[in-house]
Amino acid sequence: MIYLDNAATTMQKPPCVARAVAEALTSLGNASRGAHEGALNSNRLLYRTRGKLADFFGCPKSEQVIFTNNATEALNIALNGTIRAGDHVIMTALEHNSVLRPLYRLREERGAELSLVPADGRGCVDYAAFERLIRPNTRAIVCTHASNLTGNMLDIARIGGLAAARGLLLIVDASQTAGAVPIDMARSGISILCFTGHKSMMGPQGTGGLCINGDIEVEPLKVGGTGVQSFRTAQPREYPTRLEAGTLNGHGIAGLAAALDFIRSTGVEAIRAHELALARRFYEAVVGIPGVRVYGDFSTWDRSPIVALNIGELDSAWVCDELARGYGIATRAGAHCAPLMHRALGTEEQGAVRFSFGYFNTNDDADAAAEAVGAIAGGNE
Amino acid sequence: MRKKERRLIVAFHTTHDAMAFEDFCGARGAEGRLIPLPREISAGCGLAWSAPPGDADGLRALLREAGIVPQHVRALEI
Repeated sequence: MIYLDNAATTMQKPPCVARAVAEALTSLGNASRGAHEGALNSNRLLYRTRGKLADFFGCPKSEQVIFTNNATEALNIALNGTIRAGDHVIMTALEHNSVLRPLYRLREERGAELSLVPADGRGCVDYAAFERLIRPNTRAIVCTHASNLTGNMLDIARIGGLAAARGLLLIVDASQTAGAVPIDMARSGISILCFTGHKSMMGPQGTGGLCINGDIEVEPLKVGGTGVQSFRTAQPREYPTRLEAGTLNGHGIAGLAAALDFIRSTGVEAIRAHELALARRFYEAVVGIPGVRVYGDFSTWDRSPIVALNIGELDSAWVCDELARGYGIATRAGAHCAPLMHRALGTEEQGAVRFSFGYFNTNDDADAAAEAVGAIAGGNE
Repeated sequence: MRKKERRLIVAFHTTHDAMAFEDFCGARGAEGRLIPLPREISAGCGLAWSAPPGDADGLRALLREAGIVPQHVRALEI
């Protein structure tokens, strides 16, 4: 299989990840549940990994790195934990349902007010719109770092500068960029960074987290066992315990830590250069094929390594299936949980076929995919 | 059964602080280990640092150097 669905999950991981998970499965106890070596080893793993993640993302306090099962859980914690009744939130048309649905629910249940920064036909936003939409009760700007459909990136530092100047929280969904694009929370003015471990971080599924920059009170989404302060009726207030009720995925986090070591030793810039070179090679091979429409802003390669396209009026699901069955190429069709982005692109009915490149893809993968697109388009003429 | 002995016990506000202090002491070769939080301090579970008795001021200085504000530093027979 030629795997080009890395925006969904990176299927090929560095070998050290599987080794770390396998070792953890037989050596880790339950962190904060006891003081024997197994439990302490788990505590030590969490402590060290928090420190590495804080350093990696520029989060000033490692105890404010919170582990979750995925970015969706992190975003639910960040949004439900900071948006109060009557608060106003600015979001963008690039958002995934992991941002949109929690916000829609906050509108229903808490009376949160929502404003949308729209996208044009190339999936680009007008940055001046962020400032125009600010109201006296605006609490936060919530935005993705890169669209999971087009790969267009938002200028987070620019939005962060505005948020800081106006005293707003900036909550960033880094699902598509964490591990593949340098991120410095402190420098970019990011208040809360939400990430997943299984995409460009190259770790196991079931890992992720949020990093909280500064004195931000995030109320817990779930409460329960913490292994400390057990006779208190309320959840402890200290981070990270405040937001980490229940047993953590220590085994997965061991894999995430190994993946992070791999990324740091390889270099984010080197990973980024390789992935973008593949995306560019594929884009340049398909963009001129008659009948192929590519979506997104390719005037810059400061983007995520995603190329989404359609072939004529063919159903994207059919093209995706043809790529899989006829050519052994794994892509993703349909709506990609990005309804507003599809609406902006005019692809609500057809969907789009997304090719997303990862560190373990090769030039041959990109060339084979481009040839397959050409053959399908040729057969459709 | 192990005979009880006098130790200096540090209780922390968070498990993160406990792990940070273990890491700090390990890097400096400071003697001690993490133990279950003794009931004399709290019945609420958690971890504590058990250090040799005698130099409470030295232990407090180590905590300050590590940037950790302890919940308690107490001498106990455990």
